[in-house]
Amino acid sequence: MAEMTESNARKAASVRVEWILIALAIIGLAAAPFFIYPLFIMKMLCFALFASAFNLLIGYTGLLSFGHAAFFGGAAYFTAHAMKVWGWPPEAGILLGVLGAALLGAVMGFFAIRRQGIYFAMITLALSQMFFFFCLQAEFTNGEDGIQGVPRGTLFGLFNLHEPLAIYYFVLAIFLLGVAAIWRIVNSPFGMILRSIRENENRAISLGYSVANYKLAAFVMSAALAGLAGALKAIVFQFATLTDVAWQMSGEVILMTLLGGIGTMIGPIVGAGLVVALQNTLATSDFPVTIATGLIFMACVLVFRRGIVGEIYAWLARRQKSNGRS
Amino acid sequence: MTSSNPLLAVRGLHAWYGESHALHGVDLDVHEGETVTLLGRNGVGKTTTLRAIMGLIRKRTGAITFRGADLMHLPLHGTARAGIGFVPEERGIFVTLTVDENLVLPPVVAKGGMSVEDIFSLFPHLKARRNSPGGKLSGGEQQMLAIARMLRTGVRTLLLDEPTEGLAPVIVQRIGELLATLKKSGMTILLVEQNFRFASRIADRFYLMEHGKVTAGFPVSELEQRMDELHAVLGV
Amino acid sequence: MTMTMIFGIPIQALLGQLLVGLINGSFYAMLSLGLAIIFGLLRIINFAHGAQYMLGAFAGYLLLSYLGVGFWAALILAPLIVGLLGIVIERLALSRLYGIDPLYGLLFTFGLALVLEGVFRYYYGVSGNPYAVPPLLAGGTNLGFMFLPNYRAFVVIASLVVCLGTWLAIEKTKFGSYLRAATENPSLVQAFGVNVPLLLTLTYGLGSALAGLAGILAAPVYQVSPLMGSNLIIVVFAVVVVGGMGSILGAIVTGYMLGLAEGLTKVFYPEASNIVIFVIMAIVLLVRPAGLFGKDA
Repeated sequence: MAEMTESNARKAASVRVEWILIALAIIGLAAAPFFIYPLFIMKMLCFALFASAFNLLIGYTGLLSFGHAAFFGGAAYFTAHAMKVWGWPPEAGILLGVLGAALLGAVMGFFAIRRQGIYFAMITLALSQMFFFFCLQAEFTNGEDGIQGVPRGTLFGLFNLHEPLAIYYFVLAIFLLGVAAIWRIVNSPFGMILRSIRENENRAISLGYSVANYKLAAFVMSAALAGLAGALKAIVFQFATLTDVAWQMSGEVILMTLLGGIGTMIGPIVGAGLVVALQNTLATSDFPVTIATGLIFMACVLVFRRGIVGEIYAWLARRQKSNGRS
Repeated sequence: MTSSNPLLAVRGLHAWYGESHALHGVDLDVHEGETVTLLGRNGVGKTTTLRAIMGLIRKRTGAITFRGADLMHLPLHGTARAGIGFVPEERGIFVTLTVDENLVLPPVVAKGGMSVEDIFSLFPHLKARRNSPGGKLSGGEQQMLAIARMLRTGVRTLLLDEPTEGLAPVIVQRIGELLATLKKSGMTILLVEQNFRFASRIADRFYLMEHGKVTAGFPVSELEQRMDELHAVLGV
Repeated sequence: MTMTMIFGIPIQALLGQLLVGLINGSFYAMLSLGLAIIFGLLRIINFAHGAQYMLGAFAGYLLLSYLGVGFWAALILAPLIVGLLGIVIERLALSRLYGIDPLYGLLFTFGLALVLEGVFRYYYGVSGNPYAVPPLLAGGTNLGFMFLPNYRAFVVIASLVVCLGTWLAIEKTKFGSYLRAATENPSLVQAFGVNVPLLLTLTYGLGSALAGLAGILAAPVYQVSPLMGSNLIIVVFAVVVVGGMGSILGAIVTGYMLGLAEGLTKVFYPEASNIVIFVIMAIVLLVRPAGLFGKDA
């Protein structure tokens, strides 16, 4: 029988601790609406999902997309239109939003993949700006006013999402499913290949992987999940506007992921929570949000590239190393 | 060979490429006016030694003194300014610059350098191509240019990395003549060369390198008697 | 005056829009030139380029409003101010980002752009402030087939002079040879004794100054607004992707061409005019991914 070495025991213990922490977090989130304004937490959850979807691309595949607002806001528009104008139920509206975002992702990704690195980022920015102008002028988006008064509908004909608890647990459930899906993708063989592309693209090519296909697949998945977040947001807040597809929104999701920790699972969630809280605090003050956002960006890039969660992991690793040595 | 203080002294030089420990404590001396050659198999650290002396490799420990002054703590652009010229293995001719621009790019760091016209009279082939892009030159012409541009700067010490590599015998001969002329004018030369026949024509001393260290040093007079040993170590 | 028509469009309208396109193209060219210079040597995409353009325009506006300094002096001072600010930014922050993933440079300059814009938005709102055409260039000339405002003509000529002058400086001067050599092999140039870190600082300053110059030239044409840079910079990115960043001349030519393409689209298919450059970018990505003048893939 293989004996449990001390380091194996320590690893098993740290995994147990992780699962306990996750369980505690879920319980906390389940209880939260009784203590904190639910709309506020739901906003955090939507953006946490958005940032996690974005992280799939930057953290695990190494691709910086500067145009993710197109998927978030685009899905918001699709879902809002379907539910308000066509009267679709929420499950169908969300599905439409996700599929629409995935389709947008396929098209944008197809063009962006043709270049790498910095060019990839610029292309995603330009294409998403193109989508912004399309939304500005299109009929169905209602231009500057956006789509307002989106009904929340009744989920599966059973749950009236206008009830505060119903909508909250629905959003929490979708959020958990979305994050679980990302976790599954990242820890699958497909996810391993994505990571190898991030580490050393040329080596992945020489190993025979059609890297472009993998990148495109990752892009579409990330877009679809970002779309899920956007569709949710449209239902929760009952509107979709140009702000959701603007380049500033693309920048925001990058900030959330960078601040929380690129390439970690909970980093984007933490980052999203912090940024949403910060925006909320600043909304009542005189200090402009864009300046705060910009300053945090600059600070993170200069001195804090691993992000909060990344720094914590690094600190834990250093501690473990020195404990192991003593 | 004088027994006075060496012009260039390297003691306990360690260097790293990232995590990889490339030099394990190199010791060598070069006296003024000498031509010293580093011999060794591919990958033992000859080029690394030159690059570490120049400061192109920043992760290094040990002592490097030139004319008594410490080189280790100078910024990269300080080594040339101290009076050391560099002719890299890949020649380093800039393809988006003309021959003329390549020639005058390295700044003058000391008095006594040659004028552009004098250099061109020494290298008529380069003069004929002075407005061609640097990338259009043949390997031999590029090597000539790489050495020529150092002559304008006024440096009296040259680090040369494999100047004859990949060149036709007639060019090799020309380079040998050129180096002999420079040596006669008092230039101090630290040369990395695989072709020790070529090196033996101008070198005063040799160092043998293995596994990132200098393992032997001997004057040119001992070269013949060490031939078998060298053949064994160098595998040629 | 008879209305000459081309493809069903009155010739005055066509030429009028082409002039607008040429003006826009002048700014696209100047800005993508600055971006290409900075990227070539520093390997950083300067997202703050649009904000620096805005700073140049505001410098002119503030110089006039508070110090009574007119356009011609501002033409020198504005680029100088923006260039000096660029030098400070490079020394304090950008120089720490060399050698790591260039995406971080993009993100840093993005943050910088947000801060610069945010500050000006705080004090000046989002509406534009007018900046008068300098009296010397007021009015225009009637060419018969169209009316050519003097200042507009000046902008086109000035931008051509700036672009070609910069190109000449890079291709034909000693300083330019340092830039070109350092772009190819920065460490070897340093090993020859050239202070390359200083060269990098000056280059970022130069690129910033170019953006500032474009800004002061733009002030009398467009309104001076805190937002004038941000939408423009995204279009300039597309211009740069179309042109490829391998060649300075390529960046310039592409800028003018795309400006003209935009102008033409405004005549024949106005709804598409603000996305036509992006569409062209998509097409170029399909047929020639490295860009029209690009050297790297």
